[in-house]
Amino acid sequence: MLLLIARRLGLGLLVALTVMTLAFMLTRLSGDLAISIAGPSATQADVEIIRKAYGLDRPLYVQFFSWVGRAMVGDFGQSYFFKDSVSNLIAKRLPITLTLGLVGLSLALIISIPLGILAAVRENTWLDRGVTMFTMVGQAIPSFWLALILMIVLGLNLGILPISGTGTWQHFVMPGIVLAFTAIPALTRLTRSGMIEAMASDYIRTARAKGLSRARIIFKHALRNAAIPVVSIAAVQLGFMLGGSIVIETVFALHGVGYLGWESIAKNDFPVVQAVVLVLAAIYIGLTLLSDILNALLDPRLRTG
Amino acid sequence: MGVQLRFGAAILAAALVGAGASPALAQKSADTLRITMRAALSNIDPYYNNERTGVVMHHQGWDGLVYRNPETFKVEPLLATEWKLPDTTTIEFTLRPGVKFHDGSAFTADDVVYTLNLISDPASKVSTPANYNWIDKAEKTGDMSVRVKLKRPTPAALDYFAMVVPIYPKAYREKVGAEAYAKAPVGAGPYKMTKVESGVSIDFERFEDYWAGSPKGKAAIKKMSVRFVPDAATEMTELLSGRADWIWNLNPDQFDSVNKFPNLAAVRKESMRVGYLALDAAGRTGADNPLTKLKVRQAIWHAIDRQTIADKLVTGGSRVPGAPCFPTQFGCNGEAATLYDYNPAKAKQLLAEAGYPDGFEVDLASYILPQWGSAIQNYLMAVGIRAKLNQLQVGALIQRAKAGELRAYLGTWGSYSINDVSAFLPNFFDGGADDYARDPDVQKWLIEGGSTNDAEVRNKAYSAAIQRITQQAYFTPLHTYVTTYGYSKQLEFTPYSDELPRFYLAKWK
Repeated sequence: MLLLIARRLGLGLLVALTVMTLAFMLTRLSGDLAISIAGPSATQADVEIIRKAYGLDRPLYVQFFSWVGRAMVGDFGQSYFFKDSVSNLIAKRLPITLTLGLVGLSLALIISIPLGILAAVRENTWLDRGVTMFTMVGQAIPSFWLALILMIVLGLNLGILPISGTGTWQHFVMPGIVLAFTAIPALTRLTRSGMIEAMASDYIRTARAKGLSRARIIFKHALRNAAIPVVSIAAVQLGFMLGGSIVIETVFALHGVGYLGWESIAKNDFPVVQAVVLVLAAIYIGLTLLSDILNALLDPRLRTG
Repeated sequence: MGVQLRFGAAILAAALVGAGASPALAQKSADTLRITMRAALSNIDPYYNNERTGVVMHHQGWDGLVYRNPETFKVEPLLATEWKLPDTTTIEFTLRPGVKFHDGSAFTADDVVYTLNLISDPASKVSTPANYNWIDKAEKTGDMSVRVKLKRPTPAALDYFAMVVPIYPKAYREKVGAEAYAKAPVGAGPYKMTKVESGVSIDFERFEDYWAGSPKGKAAIKKMSVRFVPDAATEMTELLSGRADWIWNLNPDQFDSVNKFPNLAAVRKESMRVGYLALDAAGRTGADNPLTKLKVRQAIWHAIDRQTIADKLVTGGSRVPGAPCFPTQFGCNGEAATLYDYNPAKAKQLLAEAGYPDGFEVDLASYILPQWGSAIQNYLMAVGIRAKLNQLQVGALIQRAKAGELRAYLGTWGSYSINDVSAFLPNFFDGGADDYARDPDVQKWLIEGGSTNDAEVRNKAYSAAIQRITQQAYFTPLHTYVTTYGYSKQLEFTPYSDELPRFYLAKWK
């Protein structure tokens, strides 16, 4: 078990290093920071003054190593636009993204696992087909569209939920629902197929033969086995949700990390972009690690692997 | 963008159907004006952002030395009671006694000297150095008097002082440092900032000790909360649901629909912003390019029905300027301009004479509204110029424009609301990165016009420049912009042409 964790950790570190290099390279390729700091009406002389003042005239490798060196000790430097330390910015906005991600994932699990079980135990009935239809439609709905429909209905016509911003738990309801919809289709189908497979297996037949109750068979025996892929996918989905909530954060004006990243890309605010990419990658790596460990706990066969 | 627009329209339609259901209460009872804006302000410190939102905010929270009357454009006393210009490169200000900053400290000459010397020093890394690079230094000549030396005669200096030079409180800013100042800023304006969350929201409260007799007046509304909502459809929904009291820059297509709501008003006002089509006459993108030929550029001017674009697309009183500048700007002498009517037949003939009877292909970059860009594209297509429209982000386009990579592009220029042509023409014709004409005569005239306070000399020089620019069809002014505002009917709000909403003048009905 320890060996497994150590190996995964080593792999995670390598991934993080690769991400750091890529983030640095891609941001530099995407445009000239000096021009975007100087703004639309700056003269060429202004741009040159700014290039010097921010150290952007140094060779790229010098800029890279000075950034990596500082990032290693948690210093991501200063944002060029917010005039604040990047660590501060991210610390302020991470709770919003995490709240949104957790609300989204909880809603997704609450909806998709029962639906998946229901579809599996009523395989090939109208109920099963209904669930399949629901997941297909869910997959096809773009988040920004769903977001606007919810806003019109719940925020505007019924007036029961705030439309955008943060502050109360109510602010997270609509974005949570929209975010959940990005994960519900995959999780439902996975639960369904896992359950169908499990229900057809020998040990379930044995359990039935022993005369165990239907509920006990479904929840104790079948679900536990069907849950293994669901758990690992859920962890990965949470990673996706945290990184991919940019659209939802923008539409609902939730000023989280995803939106910060998007805003910074638009302004070529490299230090922020690099740090956001790194933090999201680190979370993703952490979640993958967690899902490996959880899987090992759920499935003893993996512990020796 | 297109998708967003359609959704915006859908929201309006849906909202109109269910309008009765939504409670639309302005915050009149709480005496709080709730504003949402799309362009988030990353740093409220007036000298450390290059955003229009930043200019809007600093005029609520800070005072400058002088005030520009938004109706007459005349410069009036604000923190300075009077000023003298003993020579062309000196301004002497006498300061107003008894003015307090939000932290209670008294305003003195030290604050002015500190501010001006800081912003004119390149080492301070202010975000818009071009706005201040004409200031040489400021020196204290008494407790309440300051002498400002300019690097060169700057005819629009007082306009700059009025629009973009708010005064810092020296003692407070030095004590807390620049970073902390941006989080808890202090000025001497009609509103004090009570809470600042960078890029997220700003809360204001009326400054009760604001000096009496200011032309800005004491604010009528007690509190103001500004929240940044990046998405246009979301912002519109906030307004329709009565959760926001004021928004601006809503899409012109939604203007009439907003006005159909009993509790909302939409108004519009022409601004000093001018939309333009820049053409690579200098051959920066290739010496052989068709746009280097005069007749081709003239054909382009004749090909575009600018009046129809202004009337039907921009709407709301948009005009077509004859000269490449905003008509009220000093030196923007329209009578010196060569005018080009909409005449596709003549355009075709000119193209044929230039050696392009079958037209040609050209890349057309743009960051303006896509449907406006498409209109230009269609007009060009009609005379045989096959323009490939390339929609870009503002920053990306400007970067490529400055690098000399764009053969033709559509953009806008707002002159920082400075009512002088020296805030317009030099940007496009001074031989710098944005100059696609590279005409040494024009450059010479612009220097002449910008380096004296003699109105006659200036007018003559600018007229010469405008005559040449339009004769040579270097740069097409398309139309003036119209700013749209939407707000609660309980609010009394007056828009002005300098694109600067003055919330301190707003009140509840």
